[in-house]
Amino acid sequence: MNLDFSFLTWDVVSGFVLKGLLFSIQLTLIAMVGGIVLGTLLALMRLSGKPWLAVPAAAYVNTMRSIPLVMVILWFFLLIPLLIGRPMGAELSAIVTFTLFEAAYYSEIMRAGIQSVPKGQVHAGYAVGMTYGQTMQLIVLPQAFRNMLPVLLTQTIILFQDTSLVYAIGAYDLLKGFEVAGKNFNRPVETYLVAAALYFAICFSLSMVVKRLQARIAIVR
Amino acid sequence: MASWDWQVFCKDTVSGEVATGCFGKGGDVTYLQWMLSAWGWTLSVAVFALVVALTAGSLVGILRTTPNRWFVLFGNAWTELFRNIPLLVQIFLWYHVIPALVPPLKDFPSFVLVVFALGFFTSARISEQVRAGIQSLPRGQRYAGLAVGFTLPQTYRYVLLPMAFRIVIPPLTSESMNIIKNSSVAFAVSIAELTMFAMQAQEETSRGIEIYLAVTGLYFVSAFLVNRVALFIENRVRVPGMVGSK
Repeated sequence: MNLDFSFLTWDVVSGFVLKGLLFSIQLTLIAMVGGIVLGTLLALMRLSGKPWLAVPAAAYVNTMRSIPLVMVILWFFLLIPLLIGRPMGAELSAIVTFTLFEAAYYSEIMRAGIQSVPKGQVHAGYAVGMTYGQTMQLIVLPQAFRNMLPVLLTQTIILFQDTSLVYAIGAYDLLKGFEVAGKNFNRPVETYLVAAALYFAICFSLSMVVKRLQARIAIVR
Repeated sequence: MASWDWQVFCKDTVSGEVATGCFGKGGDVTYLQWMLSAWGWTLSVAVFALVVALTAGSLVGILRTTPNRWFVLFGNAWTELFRNIPLLVQIFLWYHVIPALVPPLKDFPSFVLVVFALGFFTSARISEQVRAGIQSLPRGQRYAGLAVGFTLPQTYRYVLLPMAFRIVIPPLTSESMNIIKNSSVAFAVSIAELTMFAMQAQEETSRGIEIYLAVTGLYFVSAFLVNRVALFIENRVRVPGMVGSK
């Protein structure tokens, strides 16, 4: 079998693949920002020491973490239209799903990050008259965030890889773009190879960035 | 929302009629039977992939800790390759690309291809754990082994690995639970496992919530089973007076 990549001209790439790549990036970024915000809230709930906050947060995080992502995607695709009473596009549904799903994983990272900040820092905050909110916002969270930055980014790389699973509900992402191009030109082997190479290039270079960042943070500390 | 209809599981998959006793007679299959067989597929994909992943992952992890530069390079390349491509893309590579490039593989059932895809994907993560486990041992252990006249393989076999594997049991447990979850991606190449069942049965019966709840429950049960088995192993192999023993 000989491989022929010549059909992959700029027109084909911009026509089929670019739209998918943009959606994959958009999905990753929205789910990352939304997931970190929600995840931090969940982590604060779990560490609040109040059972009525901690128990639901723990239940949410543990449930999300024990269900396969594909099933979560299918669940939301089924449930959201029932709840809002009208159908929802696969792309929008994917964005909601990934934000809520990743929140569980980011919350575990943020929880570890918050716990890595010495207790004395919190006491110091209270001692100078800060409220709980001020202590968290000005003292604990910035340090937790900084300590956990490499781990948060590693999770984001995993998130980017996982966005390919929107295949289950037929959303048009990077992989789908390659797949459609492959079907149109009857060259599935080549398109899957290029797709794999592109995913690898993106994820590998991001993980190199994370590695360098990790080294820099380690020195400062 | 409509009321529950759990009877859907007793329905025949072809005629749609409710079978008495929930099991079809003489070759007829109810949704319950279909789901149980799908559960079997999920577990077999996961278990076989775990065997592949543990074998390849341990081997690569060990290579990455040897003094040989080329072994380390190979191990690192393996890990980066299988870690930085999404699982779904890897499954497509095994299913669509590799048989096209290596014609003898065309006759392989897709089950085998998926087992290798999931196994190699997970082997990258396991190699990281195994490497970290070996490197967490004091360097003196390796020197001591070599000093008493063991060859390098003997040092690994009798000194380093027995401790390292015990140390990495907890992370390997979570990888084993991950492999159950990740086996759901096999739906993409039409393996008749739980997620595939969920999608098809949902479409045929329109009782998505009942079907998804049952499937999600089975994933919970499977992960819980793995967790118990791993805990049992962890307790059985515990070395008295060493890391994590009571």
